[in-house]
Amino acid sequence: MNTFTVSKLQSVSELIQLRSRLLNEEEQAGLARKERILICMGGGCLASGARKLKDEFHKQLHHAHLHNSVEVKGIGCPGPCSHGPVVIIDSDKTLYQNVSPGDISEIIEQHIQNRQIVERLIFRDNTDGKSASSIADIEFFKRQTKIVLHNCGTVDPLSINDYISHNGYAALSKVLCGMTPETVIREIEKSGLRGRGGAGFPTSLKWSLASKSSSSQKYIICNADEGDPGAYMNRSELEGDPHSIIEGMAIGAFAIGANEGFVYVRAEYLLAVERLQNAINQTKEYGLLGDNILGSGFSFNLEIRMGSGAFVCGEETALIASIEGKRGEPRPRPPFPVQRGLWGKPTVINNVETFVNVPVILLNGGDRFASYGTQKSKGTKVFALAGSVRHSGLVEVPIGTTLRELIYNIGGGTVNDRPFKAALIGGSSGGCIPKEHLDVPLDYESLNELGAIMGSGGLIIIDETSCMVDVARFFFEFVTEESCGKCTPCRVGTKRILEILLRICDGEGKPGDIEKLIHLGEEIKRTSLCGLGQSAPNFVLSAIRYFRNEFEAHITRHCEAGVCFREKKFNDLEIQHSASTKD
Amino acid sequence: MIKLYIDNQPVEVPANTSILDAGRGVGIKIPTLCFIENFEAKGACRVCLVEVKGAKNLVAACSTTVLEGMEIFTNSKTVRDSRRFVVEMLLSEHNGDCKTCLRNDDCELRQLASEMGINVLEFEGEPAPQNIDDSTPALIRDSGKCIKCRRCVTICNEVQGVGALFPQGRGFYSSIGPSFAENLAAVACVQCGQCAAICPVGAIIEKDHIAGVWQAIDNPSKHVIVQTAPAIRAALGECFGYEPGTLVTGKMVSALRRLGFDKVFDTNFGADLTIVEEGTELLHRLKKALVDKQPVALPQFTSCSPGWINFVEFYYPDFLENLSTCKSPQQMFGAIAKTYYAEKIGKRPEDIVVVSVMPCTAKKYEAQRPEMSHNGIRDVDYVLTTRELGRMIKQAGIDFRSLPDSKMDSPLGISSGAADIFANTGGVMEAAIRTVYEIVTGRPLPTNQLHIEPLMGLDGLKKATLKIEGTLPEWQFLEGIELKVGVAHSLTNAVRIIDAVKKGEEFHFIEVMTCPGGCIGGGGQPRFTTNEVRKKRIAAIYQEDEGKTLRKSHENPDIKQLYAEFLGKPLGEKSHQLLHTHYKAKENLKPT
Repeated sequence: MNTFTVSKLQSVSELIQLRSRLLNEEEQAGLARKERILICMGGGCLASGARKLKDEFHKQLHHAHLHNSVEVKGIGCPGPCSHGPVVIIDSDKTLYQNVSPGDISEIIEQHIQNRQIVERLIFRDNTDGKSASSIADIEFFKRQTKIVLHNCGTVDPLSINDYISHNGYAALSKVLCGMTPETVIREIEKSGLRGRGGAGFPTSLKWSLASKSSSSQKYIICNADEGDPGAYMNRSELEGDPHSIIEGMAIGAFAIGANEGFVYVRAEYLLAVERLQNAINQTKEYGLLGDNILGSGFSFNLEIRMGSGAFVCGEETALIASIEGKRGEPRPRPPFPVQRGLWGKPTVINNVETFVNVPVILLNGGDRFASYGTQKSKGTKVFALAGSVRHSGLVEVPIGTTLRELIYNIGGGTVNDRPFKAALIGGSSGGCIPKEHLDVPLDYESLNELGAIMGSGGLIIIDETSCMVDVARFFFEFVTEESCGKCTPCRVGTKRILEILLRICDGEGKPGDIEKLIHLGEEIKRTSLCGLGQSAPNFVLSAIRYFRNEFEAHITRHCEAGVCFREKKFNDLEIQHSASTKD
Repeated sequence: MIKLYIDNQPVEVPANTSILDAGRGVGIKIPTLCFIENFEAKGACRVCLVEVKGAKNLVAACSTTVLEGMEIFTNSKTVRDSRRFVVEMLLSEHNGDCKTCLRNDDCELRQLASEMGINVLEFEGEPAPQNIDDSTPALIRDSGKCIKCRRCVTICNEVQGVGALFPQGRGFYSSIGPSFAENLAAVACVQCGQCAAICPVGAIIEKDHIAGVWQAIDNPSKHVIVQTAPAIRAALGECFGYEPGTLVTGKMVSALRRLGFDKVFDTNFGADLTIVEEGTELLHRLKKALVDKQPVALPQFTSCSPGWINFVEFYYPDFLENLSTCKSPQQMFGAIAKTYYAEKIGKRPEDIVVVSVMPCTAKKYEAQRPEMSHNGIRDVDYVLTTRELGRMIKQAGIDFRSLPDSKMDSPLGISSGAADIFANTGGVMEAAIRTVYEIVTGRPLPTNQLHIEPLMGLDGLKKATLKIEGTLPEWQFLEGIELKVGVAHSLTNAVRIIDAVKKGEEFHFIEVMTCPGGCIGGGGQPRFTTNEVRKKRIAAIYQEDEGKTLRKSHENPDIKQLYAEFLGKPLGEKSHQLLHTHYKAKENLKPT
């Protein structure tokens, strides 16, 4: 453990010295260490008892007199969230899943002391029972490419020293020591990085517009107001690797000429906020944030602003209004935030994942980054794989990877091998992809062609036990509730769609309802003020496009999945029952 | 200059012009419901959508500025369909019944629906929840009719700086209203009614007093008299299709007689009385400060505008002492009508009903203030806005346009041009200076047409300095003094002038009118008031003033007679009892 204190770093060479000192120490510790146990401290694993597990490991190692030779380290989310708590034995990268305190003694005795794998706890890729113990052999991990998440699962998110010893802040120091805003932006341009919030706007273009503005005050904002149902990529990134976000933002600030930045996080992300704040404090202490960073003359201050749970605040102009202390609702664009943003000043807003990519690009070069992905979409994308999929969790693949690869080879197929029905991608603003398109490459253009979007990374798999109409109703309840109410089409139109969906789900659909849904949906898209309204009907339209027969069946009161009309049937039974007891 | 095409017509406009303005410039009407001139476009209602070649979606004409080479279509099928869709959405949400809505023929939503030929409601569903807020004496809000255009929010916050109305809640159930879904009476609403004047539908309207007035007129035991504020004559015509700025004083008097009022009097009489009292009050304050060297609240603020009084009570209680103690002309008129006039005609005050016609909704509030009564009898019983008078005339089947001109009754119907200009921003100040200058120097104000140019017009904040020379012996202490006056209209400008005072800028007398443009732009005036309309009404009022031989309040013979027969002298005992009052601080929020 790195326990020494550090005074403010005054120069790049001091940072390099610190890193080599940390690596040296780590090497020494590694030599003295018999084993290291990595425990996921991500939100999912914590919820299933990871903290208690970690304490228990400490206790039992102490009891076995192994506490000096076996280190227990908390890490960011390594991915297989549905199998948490997840424990990795560092030396052979064995991954244990669903570990409970009762399993600890067995792991210590069998694995740590006798180097024998505890078979019953290892990760199982396939239903046929074949399994691999090491991360290196597990399909779920093997088939992923981790650029954004490269620190998640290795670096302790609470320790700046651990981050620095994993090349942390090397990109920033490279930028500050010899690069210009123009060369930084050129590198990003070379990488082909596109905004990961969903729309895929070229990051270098956004930065260069802001950089060219002559305003003496500019801002950079990290959008961490993740809110799509089922999506938690940003949350894991914040919880698992907060320093990468800070570093990416500092580089962005340098490139556009901003000295102040904000991370806008939803207040529900308590752990993310806590870890990010901890990281910001450490970074300030080390002089990697604040005035005259590493003696370069570049100053950058960063603060957290918490949102209050309105989905629309993920929209740039609403987010800005919210930071300004106003009601979080959008205003017309143009002017775009790069022209007139926070407090009227040029402002760049990028998604968490976009920023996390930045240090990697600067360190390894844009060309290397551009070698991943497709012709038009470079790099990787993180998805939150959820729903009817065997290994739900956080996965990262090169853009252009097929949906089939993601679901079947990485995700291990559907739960209980039930027939796949659709992948719901991009949350409520996205769409559904039916089985005939399982081979679609996951890139911006191909998904758009199918009426879906890449989105921010929410990916929910449903099988034939789910009803498409019911799923559409679910997503639509969400957008209707999250509409801010400012513009007419979104405020009223979404309500009208929801009313029709609700009545179809209640078995009271009428002929012509489907046409009405399409008409309403298309008009709402065309006429709404902001991205929320413009994309609100996407899911319903997509569901009708691929599953129109289900909608039609519902209008004649038939739900193939047996999900809808249930309450009604139950009520009918109730009535019959009470009638019969009267007799 | 930017060159572009609108509906294939080449158009050239300056940079930063909105598509809306560019279109209007070449005779293309693009409908709007949320847009207000001179304010940042909200893009909320979405009825001004147009198609721009190459754009992914339709764009709002109000909030989009033109670009070189833009090709805009305002009448394509897509545009027509989408605008229609938006209006259909508004209609499906709108929880109101045109048949019984006060705003009916003036409703912008109804007009738009009619223009678009929407005669079937294709998308029916749950209507907006209806909550009626009739908590104030001035206004009624009906959330069911609200289309959330937010014009009222802009006016209340950005023009008036009052901040009583906000959007709140989310989505379909979002609503516009006071914080925490309180009623208006619970918050610092000054009841100016600018919201009611700008609301495109019937979601905020004046509280209608017409029924009460009919009842009084129909009661033979009551002597019902009416007073009309200066601003009415320049605006009432708009209710009957006249151009804004058409003076209809004579027809208005005839109409009021036909309605059955026993006497038709003029609030202008009260205005002249106000000037004599308020001018004297100013001179007293100055004497106290300059000669007696006693602490006295200066600058003196005018007190004619009841919204402004409310504003000081809510937001600037430290300045309450600065408010002139004079009641407003409406209340002075009422007080005199129920005493002096009652005596003159031999009636008991309780048998006299005073009806005011005001350009203002806050006057409804003012009339029922506890301060505004004498011996338990209210100075004024009913207050009709200009809009209500217009409706009442229509109810009575009076063909306004064919009416002959007639004159006000005496003795409370004679007034000076100084009283007329009370309607305009800067008018009360000019009227006061006409009188004060002449009292102090014995000479008339030596300016063109007795006007004070720097105080005229629509600038939000106006100032003038008047050097006083050649004073009469008893006013010697004012010799050489530079009288500094300021004028503000709309309450954000009132805040600006108060801030200047706080920073130490010297003023002796400040006029504040709550509404933009002064009373001619009041919250009770015919809709729709733009700056162009304000300018026309202002010009008409000056025309009325200049057309009179009697131009100064203190020269009004009936006022002189009133002092001789009844009041004694300005600021005397009787005046003190009837014409002056004091105000108290109010709490900003009184949750219900």
